[in-house]
Amino acid sequence: MTTTTRTPSTGASGDGPAQRQPRLLSGSLPRFAPPAVLVAAALVSAGVLAALGAFSWPGTAVLAAVLYLVAIGALSTAVENGRKAKDRMVTGVVYICFALAMLPLVSLLSTVLVNGLERLDGYFLTVSMNGVTPSMDAGGVYHAIVGTVAITLMAAVISIPIGLFTAIYLVEYGKGRLAKAITFFVDVMTGIPSIVAGLFVVALWMMLFGPGETNGAAGAVSLSVLMIPVVVRSSEEMLRLVPNELREASYALGVPKWLTIVKVVLPTAIAGLTTGIMLALARVIGETAPLVLTAGSSAVAINWNLFDGQMMSLPVFIYAQVRMGGAINMERAWAAALTLIVIVMLLFLAARLISRFFAPKLGR
Amino acid sequence: MSTTDSSTATPITQGKRRIGDVVFANTARGSGVLILLILAGVAAFLLIQSFDSLSANTANFLTTEEWDANTRENPAFGVAALAFGTVLAAAIALLIATPVAIGIALFIVYYAPRRLAAVLGYIVDLLAAIPSVVYGLWGIGYLVFQLQDFYVLLERYLGWIPLFAGPISTTGRTMLSAGIVLAVMILPIITAMSRDVFRQVPQGHREAALALGSTRWEMIRMAVLPFGRPGVIGGAMLGLGRALGETMAVAMILSPSLVISPFLLQSGNQTIAAHIALQYPEATGYGVSALIAAGLVLFAITLVVNMGARFVVARRKEFS
Repeated sequence: MTTTTRTPSTGASGDGPAQRQPRLLSGSLPRFAPPAVLVAAALVSAGVLAALGAFSWPGTAVLAAVLYLVAIGALSTAVENGRKAKDRMVTGVVYICFALAMLPLVSLLSTVLVNGLERLDGYFLTVSMNGVTPSMDAGGVYHAIVGTVAITLMAAVISIPIGLFTAIYLVEYGKGRLAKAITFFVDVMTGIPSIVAGLFVVALWMMLFGPGETNGAAGAVSLSVLMIPVVVRSSEEMLRLVPNELREASYALGVPKWLTIVKVVLPTAIAGLTTGIMLALARVIGETAPLVLTAGSSAVAINWNLFDGQMMSLPVFIYAQVRMGGAINMERAWAAALTLIVIVMLLFLAARLISRFFAPKLGR
Repeated sequence: MSTTDSSTATPITQGKRRIGDVVFANTARGSGVLILLILAGVAAFLLIQSFDSLSANTANFLTTEEWDANTRENPAFGVAALAFGTVLAAAIALLIATPVAIGIALFIVYYAPRRLAAVLGYIVDLLAAIPSVVYGLWGIGYLVFQLQDFYVLLERYLGWIPLFAGPISTTGRTMLSAGIVLAVMILPIITAMSRDVFRQVPQGHREAALALGSTRWEMIRMAVLPFGRPGVIGGAMLGLGRALGETMAVAMILSPSLVISPFLLQSGNQTIAAHIALQYPEATGYGVSALIAAGLVLFAITLVVNMGARFVVARRKEFS
């Protein structure tokens, strides 16, 4: 299958009048060679494994990948040259890397979907665990959804103003050392481990209210520590996208700086700001570690009060159920995980849609 | 904006100090300062609250392996085993994730069809959106069973390497499992960073390489990778920071023990973050304070790693 373009002589011997090719172009593999080799590699490896009585999908995939790399390398060395062979092998490696990344994503989503659907229904979403013993075939996540919504909302109420104003400072006012320090430490703050944010609030609450005080507000504060830097970073980027001409036009009309920011800069960037905030929400809504420390992990009843008593949340619910370890607990954990993923994906999707449809038309 | 030149100011150019401007500017600056205060507060409160247990500790905090802190009398605890486990798990994750992430970034920027590239990048980002507790659930409820066969093979053929020495754990709840899940979690971080720098490689460099007759791989090796190296290193360090501090996935997957053990296929080891999450609900006596001390160590480690990463990335920005 590779002789057609190899050398002028073979071309001539092939079909009648010679289509003479310039010597400069040495042989090259036809376009269909890589996929063909891949299919062949897959079939051979499946066949070999089946013959050995050890057939399995992962085994076939690994063997096929190795076989493909060897085969395409050998083929290309024979027909083309060593450099091109290397190029083709690297191409194969790069494709394999991407497939490797897809593997866990697909596996995780499908596992959660399959296992979660077993228990996820209207009942599961609308009852709490109040009065349900761990191994009873009953109970649901309503209290955890309530807690997640309440805690996340409070975290948002704390973080959005602080984050947004900091971004405004950095973009509109910030010059000199303070702005540099803030930029640097916001970056550093994005790397704070979530458990440390939880410990921080534990330490703070111990000083303010004495030891052992757990409530939803503490959880919200710890989530804010994680959320603020994310909001700052995304808002800052969005505000920097606002063209300077808009600001200058506003100043030229005699509008004060703060009104320019409120009436011109923010509305122009509103879609991007919303997107950033939703992505920040999607990030903190799945945080578990700080909530285990601050909001408690044993609440079973519906609790809307952020300032009194333990508060369950979806991620902590999953963790607590896994810790209990029974079959029914795992079912609950999978169903709650599915609920959580659906919420996160909805936030993610909404963020993308907002940024796509409401982005300012910058033109040009 | 244009009126700050006070020495030569005339009434015409001297802007009026509007009350709204002053309030707004100070609110903005105040928020920024508040963030600095919060960060300082994190360090300060952890220091203050850990002081109690550290001064009562009868063992060396940095070199002791066991954790006997849930008492009021003669607590003896240390982070040696925990710190080792933390670094080990993060190192495994980094070793697995970095090459794959570079491959993915190259794929998205230089190999994938242009139209597909954005979608593929978005799909990789989805990996970052999945909560860590779900990774933990997936790891303990699915992945460890799948990996068991692989571990058996690994021990049979590579068991002579001390890292993979048997007898392997029958549950699969080992350091290697935790490391693999962590690798998946930090993959999108390193990928995003690498993708960004690979995209910024000057077109002139790439076209020059291609014009000299290099293949795509030679172009990447000679033009893209040297230019992108600081970005990849920065991304890897950010991923390292995340892996060091990751709690839930490790807490759920690893079957812990407080010893320093280099055997990746046996149960054992524990990370600081997971230890805190597991111990906190049962902590009594000096327990909470001791856990806060452990958290302080974790905070310090991640702070150094993250600052290093930011430094590397920022330096690249100045050059390009």
